[in-house]
Amino acid sequence: MNAWASRIGWALLSLFAAACLGVVALRRGETINAMWLIAAAGSVFVIGYRFYSRFIAEKALRLDATRATPAQLRNDGLDYVPTERSVLFGHHFAAIAGAGPLVGPVLASQMGYLPGTLWILVGVIFAGAVQDFVTLFLSTRRDARSLGEMIRSELGPTAGGIAMVGILAIMIMLIAVLALIVVKALASSPWGLFTVAATIPIALFMGIYLRHLRPGKVGEVSLIGIVSLVLAVIVGGHVAADPVWAAAFTFDAKALAWMLIAYGFAASVLPVWLLLAPRDYLSTFMKIGTVALLAVAILIAAPDLKMPAVTRFIDGSGPVWSGGLFPFLFITIACGAVSGFHSLVSSGTTPKMLANERDARVIGYGSMLMEACVAIMALTAACVLEPGIYFAMNAPAAAIGTTPETAAAAIANWGFAVTPELLSNTARDIGETTILSRAGGAPTLAVGMAQILHSVMPGAGSMAFWYHYAILFEALFILTTIDAGTRIGRFMVQDLVGAVYAPFRNTESWAANALATTVCVGGWGWFLYQGVTDPLGGINTLWPLFGIANQMLAGIALIFATVTLIKMKRGHYAWITAVPMSWLLICTLTAGTLKVFSADPKIGFLAHARKFGEALAQEQLIAPAKSLEQMRQIVLNDRIDAALALLFMSVVIAVFVLGVRAAWQALRAPAPSAQEAPYVALPHAAAARS
Amino acid sequence: MLPPPGPEQQRLIERLHRAWRKAAQTANLAIGVGDYEAYVEHVRRNHPGRTPMTHAEWFRARQDARYARGTSRCC
Repeated sequence: MNAWASRIGWALLSLFAAACLGVVALRRGETINAMWLIAAAGSVFVIGYRFYSRFIAEKALRLDATRATPAQLRNDGLDYVPTERSVLFGHHFAAIAGAGPLVGPVLASQMGYLPGTLWILVGVIFAGAVQDFVTLFLSTRRDARSLGEMIRSELGPTAGGIAMVGILAIMIMLIAVLALIVVKALASSPWGLFTVAATIPIALFMGIYLRHLRPGKVGEVSLIGIVSLVLAVIVGGHVAADPVWAAAFTFDAKALAWMLIAYGFAASVLPVWLLLAPRDYLSTFMKIGTVALLAVAILIAAPDLKMPAVTRFIDGSGPVWSGGLFPFLFITIACGAVSGFHSLVSSGTTPKMLANERDARVIGYGSMLMEACVAIMALTAACVLEPGIYFAMNAPAAAIGTTPETAAAAIANWGFAVTPELLSNTARDIGETTILSRAGGAPTLAVGMAQILHSVMPGAGSMAFWYHYAILFEALFILTTIDAGTRIGRFMVQDLVGAVYAPFRNTESWAANALATTVCVGGWGWFLYQGVTDPLGGINTLWPLFGIANQMLAGIALIFATVTLIKMKRGHYAWITAVPMSWLLICTLTAGTLKVFSADPKIGFLAHARKFGEALAQEQLIAPAKSLEQMRQIVLNDRIDAALALLFMSVVIAVFVLGVRAAWQALRAPAPSAQEAPYVALPHAAAARS
Repeated sequence: MLPPPGPEQQRLIERLHRAWRKAAQTANLAIGVGDYEAYVEHVRRNHPGRTPMTHAEWFRARQDARYARGTSRCC
């Protein structure tokens, strides 16, 4: 009876999911309610978890509940602590939640809500969550070692070294792109800049308070911090309203880029307890809290999706980012569906705390599904905006001009009705002077969130408050990522150089630290500056590079997983990682090839360099370059971007070739050849309890 | 004065306590702060000769470990 009830229940849920998906996919020409999207996503995720992850856990990987995990074997009460499943889920989700699933889907909305939704749903179930789950499992079986170490042991030291180079390059790209998003959000925004700048003294105060006044009282100090942040948002409004103060906090993108570079260097050399840790607490709590608030608000408000299901820009002519649906939609969504970074986190601290192998299913697969929920909500927030507003915010000045009139005319030309009054009214509602060309996803998400929250909690000025609150919440965890990421990058640089020149690896050496930090900050700072002086608007150029790098790392993680499954003599199940791996490799390599060699200057770096090079040879200027020197810089930037894309492609091809070789050797070997830690049984009492 | 809680109410109170403790542990772990009591118990049980770190020392050690070499952060 129970089995039949269960089967009928799942069949009904599947029908429901199919019906919701049908509405989302097939209705054209009329606006549908966002709840169809949410319901489709929710039911699809539940079904995917129940059936596919169980299949992977029980048949393909054969999770062994009787096996002792590194947390039990190395239990030290500090890093290796067997942790309860629900508590560890929170830790892992907080570790993987980042800016990526908020920005990617917002940018992907250029093509309408349907392409992005379909890829998020399909991608996370068959690629993203699989990657996280399998990496977590494999790391747990290998004494909780990191991805780089695992690749070295299964695919050889060459592959490990190449992967390390790739990881460092992605780290730099990630920080540069996130920094660019912050710069674009705060340029010419005195309210925003004041609020974000206020987080520095607040964090410093919290750090000193926590270190010397009340050590360990994290909850207390976080509460103080969050209240101060909300006050900062409110005070920011008054700052923006006052002409003298507003002028003091108004900076253009270039000035902000320099400020961010200086901040990045300074913050990453300060002791962690002073600035980074308090900021981390604030950003983690705000991140989780705000996402939860947005989820509840969407459920209550049940807004309509104003963006059409599919726009004409699937042909690749879009203003926000160039390139057709394949491969660039997948590159743009990146972290929302599959994220290579998660494989680093899944082989980081979480495997050291896994109490039982069976928990890997909900923690690895489940938390990525939750991340995809965040991505769907970001997509919803972007698509509840009037398309005219969306494109006004995300198109570069070169496409829409700099006044509401020129913008409205250009956007109406693309087929989206919008009036100049709507554009200036929206700007006034959110407390800004203009919303034009505020690219980078963060302002768009903030306006969408502000509209949804305002409709649930109306009041004069509440839209402006929620807008700046949303900007603050994103800027806060981006700044934390920049700080923490620069430190991680510094360690990576020290490790890589230390492999050749050993004394460089010494973290006690002030000189080595400073030099490695300079290399790291110089790396992302260079790309950040390139982004703010880019004719195409910065995001247009850098986000695809980041997306390619991210998908490349995911491809590497899946290559490693496939080879390891073959080595475990579970090769008949290797398709669960090999199919997403192939898809990612095809996407990444096609996108990389197009970015380097396409003849369209809006897509191909070398074509863009040729266009500017020819103008340079005739001493002509193309906007925004105001001098021949700037023209030369643009040509150089394009060539470096092309070289970076080629680097990413070479890294993934090299690891693939080495992976094929390792797999071939494994197939010819008679016995399993995977380098797992030996089996140790859980003590009987513990096994019976779990 | 309120009457003392009966057995059902005591069970509910226990459940709420457990849920609150789990929520606090989750929030702490999300920011990289583990469970101090678990650490102290581990030291007492497995290293009886050693004195566990004070709460302040342990907290500083955990904070430093969170941003140390070998950690990774997501996008």
